[in-house]
Amino acid sequence: MNINWELVWSSLGPLLMGAITGTIPLALASFSLGLLLALVVALMRLSRNRAVSAVARTYISVIRGTPLLVQLFVIFYGLPSVGITISPWPSAIIAFSLNVGGYAAEVIRAAILSVPKGQWEAGHTIGMSRHQTLVRIILPQAARVSVPPLSNTFISLVKDTSLASLILVTELFRVAQQVAAFSQEFMLLYLEAAVIYWIICLVLASGQSALEKRLDRYVAH
Amino acid sequence: MSPTELPPPERHPSDPLEPPPLGVPVPEAPVPEAALLTVTGLRKAFGQHEVLKSIDLEVRRGEVVTLIGPSGSGKTTVLRCLNGLEMPDAGVAEFAGQLTVDFSTPVAKKQVLALRDRSAMVFQHYNLFPHKTVLENVIEGPVQVQKRPKAEAIQSARELLARVGLAGKEDSYPFELSGGQQQRVGIVRALALRPQLLLFDEPTSALDPELVGEVLTVIKELADEGWTMVVVTHELAFARQVADEVIFMDGGVVVERGHPDTVLRDPREERTRQFVDRLLNPF
Repeated sequence: MNINWELVWSSLGPLLMGAITGTIPLALASFSLGLLLALVVALMRLSRNRAVSAVARTYISVIRGTPLLVQLFVIFYGLPSVGITISPWPSAIIAFSLNVGGYAAEVIRAAILSVPKGQWEAGHTIGMSRHQTLVRIILPQAARVSVPPLSNTFISLVKDTSLASLILVTELFRVAQQVAAFSQEFMLLYLEAAVIYWIICLVLASGQSALEKRLDRYVAH
Repeated sequence: MSPTELPPPERHPSDPLEPPPLGVPVPEAPVPEAALLTVTGLRKAFGQHEVLKSIDLEVRRGEVVTLIGPSGSGKTTVLRCLNGLEMPDAGVAEFAGQLTVDFSTPVAKKQVLALRDRSAMVFQHYNLFPHKTVLENVIEGPVQVQKRPKAEAIQSARELLARVGLAGKEDSYPFELSGGQQQRVGIVRALALRPQLLLFDEPTSALDPELVGEVLTVIKELADEGWTMVVVTHELAFARQVADEVIFMDGGVVVERGHPDTVLRDPREERTRQFVDRLLNPF
């Protein structure tokens, strides 16, 4: 197989632009919103109020029980038929945030439950309210536990953003498709896109290690 | 009395000629010599299991009350009820006439907070905050809850830490300390809140035997300074030296109570005698 290096070189610019203006901001925005949502859902799921807990459980079940591509299509192609039209970018951010919210909620819930009960009691005994204890004592300890699984969620999300190409968002994979269609060099362009995804995920993985190291400073080794 | 046994201790909680070795200021007593805490009819059940079957308790200012008894006797539950960590089903707790909590009616959050404000708990497993340094552990309550100025809280935390032999450990994390050191931080964390009543839940049970002494010494010094405390313990020698009253509990009831000399050396009840004998002569 002859590698068309000239094409690799000339397509690199557009592909990187797709990553920088599409994939990366889409992933960052969706992950941030999704995490906020996940924290709320996790706390709802842990609530003693059964109705509140049931709402959270149902949401998590629906998100985890349906394909992400179907969720995207419902929002972008489905909602217009009930009179709600959302353009590609917001549609993608909504779908990905909801998806991250469902998965990360379970991670955060498990992390909160992994903090020993004695920590809640110690917070209470020095006079803290439930909220104060949660924010100052429990969540910082839960954060350490949840970094590895949340990093997984983030890395999955980065790759899943390629699905946004199907609802017309211009991101890395859509650019690759367009260049491939034009040049008829499918293998080359898709491999090139794969390598760029891989590099982004390598950077994320090293960020995860650094964060874990930082949060591990108060734990015996 | 065997010749090796120590004579009953003499305590002078408010003797001005004898400055307390730790020098930790004991909070002012609004009504000196009166009962600080009176508990009557304390009941608690976990499901079908009745853990406390009507417990009465009176703690006077400067007094040390120790609770002894086999595991499952309910002694730890008494302590946890006093700190609002368990909600009793019935009973009344009264703090020196200023605060009365009736547990047989729904207890308001405010009252639970008021209970906690008056007492501070030292846990068997220390329960230090692992993500905070020693100093941060100690100032957390004073700064975040009591809203005291941070600089002042830090200064008094440093003094307290120095007095229990932990000067220089302010910036260590709990995992870097021995069990005895961690428990001394636990004690300082409780003292820093300036409570009227200190609650110790088996403070030395999780420690290696050679570390028990350093913790008991600190508690004894606090008792000598006149701190009021309720101590759940299996250390009979400590109870004999430090306690004003020993309460022996079994099966959720108080079997016997009185001066340590009586309860620990010449108990009236057969069950107390069996328990004390077993602790003194395990084989």
